Amino acid sequence: MKERLVQLDVLRYNPDTDTEAHFQRYEVMCQEEWVVLDALNKVKESIDPTLNYRWSCHMAVCGSCGMMINGEPKLSCHTFLRDYPGVIRVEPLTHFPVERDLVTAPDDFMEKLKRVKPYVIAKQKKPVEEGEYKQTPAQLMKFRQYSMCINCMLCYAACPEYGLTPHFVGPAALTLAHRYNLDSRDEGRKERMEVVATKEGVWECTFVGACSEVCPAQVDPASALQQLKIVGSIDWIVEHLLPGGKP
Amino acid sequence: MSRRPLIREVPPSTWFFRHPRYLRYMAREVTSLFVGAYCVLLVIAMQRLSAGPIAWQEFLAALRSPASLVFHLAAMAAAFYHAGTWFNATQKAMPLQLGEDFVPGAYISGAHYLVWAVLSLVVLFVAGVI
Repeated sequence: MKERLVQLDVLRYNPDTDTEAHFQRYEVMCQEEWVVLDALNKVKESIDPTLNYRWSCHMAVCGSCGMMINGEPKLSCHTFLRDYPGVIRVEPLTHFPVERDLVTAPDDFMEKLKRVKPYVIAKQKKPVEEGEYKQTPAQLMKFRQYSMCINCMLCYAACPEYGLTPHFVGPAALTLAHRYNLDSRDEGRKERMEVVATKEGVWECTFVGACSEVCPAQVDPASALQQLKIVGSIDWIVEHLLPGGKP
Repeated sequence: MSRRPLIREVPPSTWFFRHPRYLRYMAREVTSLFVGAYCVLLVIAMQRLSAGPIAWQEFLAALRSPASLVFHLAAMAAAFYHAGTWFNATQKAMPLQLGEDFVPGAYISGAHYLVWAVLSLVVLFVAGVI
């Protein structure tokens, strides 16, 4: 198998000793078909066991290994070394606090995710004896694309709005709100729109579109957010301009 | 051990130089200034028209000046670019589902371009240009 010497510039930060982050150069022999995560694993195993980063599945499903690779938010398990002939710059996801090295704190995203209630809300739960909640293929296709989110937070790292105004609920959480709003089994739209159709919600989005460009699961959060703006606008018109209107 | 996470601020006035996609976004936003400026010009035209024939003729003469021609060319290019970015975006904002499938996005954006072209021809026809 073809091998080459890969140079990685990795951003390091130790909260116990550092006040600033700094780059550290590693050089490792890697196989050409490896991904960046493999190179980091080799560094940790053979050169520097103190290097910290998150990963789990190694198959672009768990969403744990998001990092900035040459300035672009990427899953490191899905980023092939063969596409990066020069020195590879590896940094933690932007817009998130750095806990240590490449490990970021996802607390803000997790809190926002909870706020949009990303689950089916049924006003009255059916007894189990009545069987499953049925859905036609067409009803499924309406939201299926948006259910593919793996919560990797790459869209938050790409979104300049989130970086500049951290109170923005952000692409992934709003997309999941839209996913459940579109679900024929769900009755929680009104509760979600109280978070979604606000300044901090979808109206903070200025449609840069970076979220969709970096999404590794082709979810297209930008489309979900623009559709939510239309839904929110129609709700407002119905509520404020139509006599007796309720969204 | 207490947490002491490193906070990295986003530079508020230079962030868009970080990636070409942000520059494309800024280009879209900046072109809206030309669209806005042309709207102001139309309002001024209405005001000049209501001020009488002499004022109107003076306004028309000003429109033929080199600076005005440069502005109009720049405004037209900006309006084309700005409109194109939004027509391209319509397929994201207004997906059309037929049964289990979605209509290809190019059809939705294409329909907008088509309506734009037809309306432009109508305007040119009403104005007596064609």
